[in-house]
Amino acid sequence: MMDKQQMQEFIAKRVAQELQDGTLVNLGIGLPTLVANFVPEGRDVTFQSENGFIGVGPAPTEDQVDPCIANAGAMPVTILPGGSFFDSAMSFGIIRGGHVDVTVLGALQVAENGDIANYMIPGKMVPGMGGAMDLLSGAKKVIVAMEHTAKGNPKLLRECTLPLTAIKAVDLIVTEMGVIEVTHEGFVLIEQNPEFTLDEIKSATGAPLVISAALKQMA
Amino acid sequence: MSKLISLEDAVDLVRDGDTIMVGGFLAVGTPERLIDALIAKGVKNLTLICNDTGFIDRGVGKMVVAKMFKKIMASHVGTNRETGRQMLEGETEIVLIPQGTLIEQIRAGGFGLGGVLTKTGLGTEVEKGKQIIEVDGERYLLEKPLRANVALLFAEKADEKGNLTFHGATRNFNTYMGAAADIAIVEVQKVVKVGEMCADEVVVPGVFIDHIVDGGAL
Repeated sequence: MMDKQQMQEFIAKRVAQELQDGTLVNLGIGLPTLVANFVPEGRDVTFQSENGFIGVGPAPTEDQVDPCIANAGAMPVTILPGGSFFDSAMSFGIIRGGHVDVTVLGALQVAENGDIANYMIPGKMVPGMGGAMDLLSGAKKVIVAMEHTAKGNPKLLRECTLPLTAIKAVDLIVTEMGVIEVTHEGFVLIEQNPEFTLDEIKSATGAPLVISAALKQMA
Repeated sequence: MSKLISLEDAVDLVRDGDTIMVGGFLAVGTPERLIDALIAKGVKNLTLICNDTGFIDRGVGKMVVAKMFKKIMASHVGTNRETGRQMLEGETEIVLIPQGTLIEQIRAGGFGLGGVLTKTGLGTEVEKGKQIIEVDGERYLLEKPLRANVALLFAEKADEKGNLTFHGATRNFNTYMGAAADIAIVEVQKVVKVGEMCADEVVVPGVFIDHIVDGGAL
């Protein structure tokens, strides 16, 4: 069994394989941020930070820290050669206008029609949507990177019960159990982590799960 | 005429009950000295328009802790537990707005537009109570302009006319809020004489800026 950190890295590594050469990608806070560490060698992938720049680089060394250069989670980062700074209107023009190829976000719930809930639990946790609603409405491809269940409860459902962040927005879901496509027929498992049986994956999923005829092993 | 004023004179421009816009993104590019001076002055019943509510000890978050707001309009409040507490206990009204919509509402408020049309928020709670307008068969939400009494901004450098330049990821909301407020005050790290700034490097023209406070280095 994987511990939490191994599980998150496993998911992030698999998501990174989806990022094609020459694409502009926006990563959400938390697990999605890890994806940047696993971009396959030789692929030129550029990351946008919604607070106002393209070309997000790695964390700075101690003497490189600049209080004016942080990512959307307020963590100090660097900007790579070829990058650029801009304001929030430009940043969300890039996002809403369809100029971001892929966004990777976490989720509380995803429905079989692609609805996603990830910004609040009424009466409990109400952090706000930040830029998530714009990313979900504008990015060409939406990948959800998350653990398959929360405290044993399925997060892949027929319908979301929490307030939605966007309707019919999710294209692909990567969890520690497998890779799931959101299609007109609902959830389709296209890759399986061999550590889990198909029955285990089905019972951890709160909606019908179609098994792809071309099911592959997740690695 | 120089737009440079003292920190004390600047905060005197903010009155009880005002709506204020504050630049910055999680306290990066926030006018910390203006905020500290407002807290020391003790203004009350403000409405805040800001991307987020910073942290309890950084950015506008310090004003949340000092209970200076009756209403907060922001895209994200999750990094400040005091905002969450005030919201859940009903002490402060919180309106959550998608980030890209918030900046466009501010831009509209400053640039003479009657609103903006966006798909962001369709089918969610953001849609509630708003007009939906169909353009060429596509549905959009009508989001209305936002304005404020005072904008509190941050920039790297200003000349005495209020032309601004920026460093790093500090532009965020600072470039448009000045246009959308009756009074725009910018805190800068450095003030230069007119003519010492190259016109090509100006990001925000001084026409939007009323007053400059020399905040010194970060």
